[in-house]
Amino acid sequence: MLIKRRPSWALSESEVTPESVYLNRRKFMAGTMASAAALTMPGLLRAEEGGIPGDSLQYKAMPAFSTDEKKAPYPAITSYNNFYEFGTDKGDPARYADAMSVDPWSVSVEGECAKTGAYALEDLLKPHQYQERIYRLRCVEAWSMVIPWVGVPLAEVLASLEPTSKAKYVYFETLHDPDQMRGQRSMFSVIDWPYREGLRMDEAMNELSFLAIGLYGKTLPNQNGAPIRLVVPWKYGFKSIKSIVRIRFMEERPKTSWEMIAPEEYGFYANVNPEVDHPRWSQKRERRLPSGLLSPNWIETVKFNGYGEQVAHLYKGMDLSRYY
Amino acid sequence: MASKASRQFPYTPVKALVFLTCLIPLALIGWGIQSGNLGPDPGQTITEALGIAAFQFLLITLLISPLRKITGWAGWLRFRRMLGLYAFFYAALHVLAFLQFILGWFDLWATFTKRPYIIAGGLAFLLMAPLAATSTRGMMKRMGRGWKPLHRLIYSSALLAWVHFLWQARSDVTEMMIYGLVLAVLLGARVYWSGFSTLIPLRRA
Repeated sequence: MLIKRRPSWALSESEVTPESVYLNRRKFMAGTMASAAALTMPGLLRAEEGGIPGDSLQYKAMPAFSTDEKKAPYPAITSYNNFYEFGTDKGDPARYADAMSVDPWSVSVEGECAKTGAYALEDLLKPHQYQERIYRLRCVEAWSMVIPWVGVPLAEVLASLEPTSKAKYVYFETLHDPDQMRGQRSMFSVIDWPYREGLRMDEAMNELSFLAIGLYGKTLPNQNGAPIRLVVPWKYGFKSIKSIVRIRFMEERPKTSWEMIAPEEYGFYANVNPEVDHPRWSQKRERRLPSGLLSPNWIETVKFNGYGEQVAHLYKGMDLSRYY
Repeated sequence: MASKASRQFPYTPVKALVFLTCLIPLALIGWGIQSGNLGPDPGQTITEALGIAAFQFLLITLLISPLRKITGWAGWLRFRRMLGLYAFFYAALHVLAFLQFILGWFDLWATFTKRPYIIAGGLAFLLMAPLAATSTRGMMKRMGRGWKPLHRLIYSSALLAWVHFLWQARSDVTEMMIYGLVLAVLLGARVYWSGFSTLIPLRRA
């Protein structure tokens, strides 16, 4: 992996303190109570003191693939996660994901492609240059964040594995290891582990589909799906499967986890769509996080999460209220 | 005999202590707001905390009668109204927090007509309202024999609150199962002691 290790005291440009943290510090200097409160957040303190944890990555910024909306601060992105392998509370992944070992990491490539086999993560990533893309992430639970990912285009990786003409879908699996993942030991979980996701081949080869290995210029923390995760920004967050150990090219459409659990609530496509409500709540709007208490930060949800220009053609002629 | 026991009991200071103890969930939320450690979505965190507090107080309220039965001490009943009112208090704050922080007063009609878990929660809350309104000594006197059957609505309210909780589960229902078990024991105890008729509200005994 093109990871440049550097001593903990050395700052890289990607380590620049996020604006909100910086402003908090100024307010703190001014002695306001509110910022003193913000500083007691452990994540925020860590970001201030030692910079963002993780190994620094060398990458190229991709403004053409990035929004200029205000990024969610690092502590928000890394303390508020849905990663049920570590528990269903939003704080559970940050609390318990350290139990997962991500180095070494192997990805099994299977199915309808020429280059099947078990790949060390480094080998899978080696030929590709890392990019930074700042994407919106819209959760099916009606909240969203703006996140600066580092990674490689999914299309590049898949192409290098040489899928055959029979490859109509690509399927992904998260690590299944109850010893490391306490959520998988729960008696009352309705998820049939491992967590499974999939994309139609043309969706996977779309220029937006991304394999992230980093966040804010550093390697991913475990709770965000280290060491490698999918990011498909025009779909609800649960499609962006974390900690991938298996990639399988398939002729038939794979069954995906949420579709297996509640097919009337979660479909295979799961495109962000304000016109199709979740049966239990509205998808017309979303709360952009972090959200203040007195200003809930509601914004209108945009179809395909605002990426319609790049992806709307993939669904031409499809009834998206049926194929949700 | 019961009245003698309650006369000897240092009733007022203990009641004040219980009153203050019941404010702990609210104090924790206040502390969380003040110290900014409610995470990136404080509104959701607060709404959930208030809902859980309301449900827990419902369960504690339901614990009073069995406690009296088991210990034989009627003094427990002295705390029941306060605990029930706290359940209503937290439920009301929960509803307000939901409207303000989660909904932003948007899409109200669809939310309260189309979303089953909201309907269950809304009903649980509505059923508590007449109980809170008729909780005073004066109302008890005025209603006479009708008071008790009306207040059995708490059974329906607690069941609806549990359903409201369960229907929000996305995958792991461990927590809901634990609460469900507690509720089942509390309601089961009533069935065991008095037969099924006690669970039916508004039936003249």
